[in-house]
Amino acid sequence: MIPGSYFFILSVILFVLGVIAFFVKRDLLTQFLSIEVMLNAGNLAFLAFARALNSLHGQVIVFFIITVAAAEAAVGLAIILLIFRQKKTIKSEDMNLMKG
Amino acid sequence: MSYFLFFLLAVVCVGAVLGMIFSRNQAYNALLLVLAFAALGGIFGLLSAPFIAVVQIIIYAGAIMVLFIFVIMMINLRVGIPAEKKKWTIYLSVILAVFLIVEVIIAAKGSFQALAAPGGEEIASPKALGNLLFTEYLYPFEITSVLIIAALVGAIILVKKKEKG
Repeated sequence: MIPGSYFFILSVILFVLGVIAFFVKRDLLTQFLSIEVMLNAGNLAFLAFARALNSLHGQVIVFFIITVAAAEAAVGLAIILLIFRQKKTIKSEDMNLMKG
Repeated sequence: MSYFLFFLLAVVCVGAVLGMIFSRNQAYNALLLVLAFAALGGIFGLLSAPFIAVVQIIIYAGAIMVLFIFVIMMINLRVGIPAEKKKWTIYLSVILAVFLIVEVIIAAKGSFQALAAPGGEEIASPKALGNLLFTEYLYPFEITSVLIIAALVGAIILVKKKEKG
């Protein structure tokens, strides 16, 4: 059986790659995609601990996280679409409405 | 055998996310993430969570990423995002990433003992999962349905074109 720490290390690597992608990328859509990567890394950590502790509660939490991620994706994509209609761009540098 | 499968899926998953970081095309980014999430579904299966693995592939790799691809097609940028001029943000984010890895490993050092425990050999059946979901987690489950309705209505209201006059 594969030790749970392997899965945990993989989830840490995925989370950090998501953080890097969020900071390196310059368009809202790809940044949103990297948030999804981070959520999935969290899911993987939950499942690794759920198996190690021999409890099903971690799996239930993952189920809820996936559902909430679906809702979040729907609303976030609607907002990105609105921004594109108003500003004709989705580069994150152009979102400077609040800049004094 | 399971080690081989794990490393294969892990390499596919990390490689797809790395490809997303280096690629400039948004449609390719989304397709690479479909690959990454499908591989992650396989890894969930290795973690004796078959139901979550199937949900991951159907909902994440299927529904959510198709939603992203729809929006990418609606936005339809003729010119791609130009190359990043400020190099220092990239270096800064790599430094941040190294610090983050070290920090998480240190923070979770105490729980590696728990992770090494051999518990959970048996496959967690969907039946047991459903039992837990509809007894102990019944209220969160019902509240989630309200959340989804709210998100659906909100998204439709946001994107709807205003009628003139």
